[in-house]
Amino acid sequence: MAEAAICAGCRAYFGYPITPQNEILEYMAARMPAAGGVFVQAESEVAAINMCYGASAAGVRTMTSSSSPGISLKMEGISYLAGADLPCVIINVARGGPGLGNIAPAQGDYFQATKGGGHGDYHIIVLGPATIAEAIELVMLAFDLADKHRVPVMVLSDGMMGQMMEPVALPEPIDPTSLTAKPWALTGASGRDPNVITSYALDPGDLNRINTQRQTRYRQIEEKEVRYRETETSDATIVIVAYGTVARIARTAVTAARSQGIKVGLVQPITLWPFPYAPLRALSSQVSPILTVEMSAGQMVEDVRLAVADRAETPFYGELGGVVPTPKDILREVKRNVS
Amino acid sequence: MSVNMQNMIKVFERPRSLTDAQFSYCPGCHHGLVARIIAHTIDELGIQDRVVVVASVGCSVTMYEWFRCDGIQAAHGRASAVASGIKRVNLDLIVFTYQGDGDLAAIGTAESIHAANRGENITVVFINNQIYGMTGGQMAPTTLIGQRATSCPDGRNAQLAGYPIPFAEMIAQLEAPVYVTRQALYDHKRIMAASRAIKKAFQYQIEGKGYSLVEMLTNCPTNWRMSPVEANGHLLNEVVKVFPLGDLVDRG
Repeated sequence: MAEAAICAGCRAYFGYPITPQNEILEYMAARMPAAGGVFVQAESEVAAINMCYGASAAGVRTMTSSSSPGISLKMEGISYLAGADLPCVIINVARGGPGLGNIAPAQGDYFQATKGGGHGDYHIIVLGPATIAEAIELVMLAFDLADKHRVPVMVLSDGMMGQMMEPVALPEPIDPTSLTAKPWALTGASGRDPNVITSYALDPGDLNRINTQRQTRYRQIEEKEVRYRETETSDATIVIVAYGTVARIARTAVTAARSQGIKVGLVQPITLWPFPYAPLRALSSQVSPILTVEMSAGQMVEDVRLAVADRAETPFYGELGGVVPTPKDILREVKRNVS
Repeated sequence: MSVNMQNMIKVFERPRSLTDAQFSYCPGCHHGLVARIIAHTIDELGIQDRVVVVASVGCSVTMYEWFRCDGIQAAHGRASAVASGIKRVNLDLIVFTYQGDGDLAAIGTAESIHAANRGENITVVFINNQIYGMTGGQMAPTTLIGQRATSCPDGRNAQLAGYPIPFAEMIAQLEAPVYVTRQALYDHKRIMAASRAIKKAFQYQIEGKGYSLVEMLTNCPTNWRMSPVEANGHLLNEVVKVFPLGDLVDRG
C-alpha cells in the first residue's frame, strides 16, 4: 500500500507508530527519501494529520496512516481537511475496539469512516479493499479521487491486510510533476493574488453558502463515484453483502455453497461512501434474503437496510472483538437463512 | 497656514504587505502592532511572495486576511505542525505561525515543543497576553498567580491551577532552536527591540538556520478590565517580573 502511494505520486507522508500499521510507517521511512519526498515521524496522530493539512495545502500529494485508536485522534484534522477542501489520503488498518481493544482485524470503524467521524457536516470518500491487489489499486484511485474532488479519502483496510503477504503487480509510477496543477495551493503569492486555505467563516450566511456548495459536490460524488463488485447474483436465491476482508472470505463461502447447490450471490461495496444504494435497491426487488456479514455488531447493515427497505429480508451475521469469520461460518449463516 | 505637500517626505506608511482589511482587534490591543511589525519586516526583507501565514485559533484567527501573502488557518494548537508540513514540502517558502498562549502553551503544547525540537525551519510568533481573549477572558496557562479571569474569578490559585508556564525557557532547553527570545511592546523602545527580534527570526529562516520562537508579552485591555495605558503599566510593573525580557538562545 505504501509503495502504491509512491507510485501514485505521493511525496509527503506523516505518521505515528501503532499496531497493526507500523509496516507502512517503516516502509515510508526507508522509501520516501529515495523517492525525493518528505517523511516525518510525528509526535502524535494529531500532529501527523495536521502536517498532512499543511503539506496538502502546499499542493503535494500527501498521506498518513494509522489504526483505529489513532484514526480517532486524526478525526479533528480530517474535519479541518474536509472543511478546507483539501485532498489527503488516510489509510486505516482497522483493529478491534472500542478503546484500546486489540490488534486483531475488525470492521468497527465503518460508522466513523462513512458517517463523518469528526465534527460538522462533511463526508470523506471511503474505499474498502478486500485483497492486497485491490488495496494497491484503491490507494492509486484514492489519490486521484482526492485531487479530483478536493476531499480526504480513506482506504479502510484491516489488521488482516496489514499483516498479510501476497504477490502483487505494482502499477506504473506516476511522475508527480506530470499531475494536474493546483492553482489554489500555497506556493507563495508571486504574480497572483494570495491564496487562502481555511475552514472558517464567521458569518452564518457565508458558512451556509460554502457548506451548501460542498454538499452539491458530495451529490456529484454520489452520482459518479459509486463502485462495487457484484458476482453470481443473476440466479441467486440469497445474496451476501460484505466488504473488505469479509468479502474475500465470503467469495470462498459462495464457491462452497454453489458446489452444494445453494444459489448464492455476493455484492462487495468498494466505495463505502458513497455507498452503492441503487444496485442494492434494484437487487432487493429480485432476491431475498440479503445477508450482511461484517466484523462488527452491525454497521454497514444499516446502509444495506436503507437501500433494501422492506423489499427483502435483511438478516445480519457479525463477529466482534477481532474474531474473523471463516468460510464455514458464513456458509452456516447462508444455510440458516435460505428456506 | 498652507502646507506645500510637494516638499514633504513620507516617513511612515502602511506596510505594503498589509491589506486594507480592518483589524478586528479591540482598541489599545497589541495584536495590531505585532501584525504591523511582521508586515514591515516582510517588506524590508522582500519576501512577500514567499511567505505563508499560519493563523491559529483566537483573536488572530483571520490573520491571513491582513497580509498580502498566502495564508492558512490551523486547528487550535496545531499551527506548528501545519507549518512543519508546509515548510517540509516547499523549502522556498517562508513560513511563520502566530499563536496565542492558550493555543501554543496549552492545547498545542505537544505540537509546539516537537516542532521546536525537530528544529523546523519556521518562525513562531508567540503572543503571551496571559488570558484567553476571543473566548472571553478565561484563565490561560500563562495567567499570573492571583490574576482574575472568568474561569478563576478569585484569581489564579497555584494549588489548583499551577503556575504561569515559562514556555520560552522550556523551548530554550532544547538543542535545536536557533533563536528564542521574549519581547514586549509597552513602550517605543520595546517596540523597536521587538521589531529587531522579528527581523532576526525571519532572517535566520531565510538563511536556513532553523527554528525561532519570538514570544511577545502583550496586553488585553478588554479582558484585563484595564484601560490601554493601565494595561501597559501592568506589563511593565507586574508581567515582566514573571516573564523576564531578553534573548534566551541565539545560535544564529
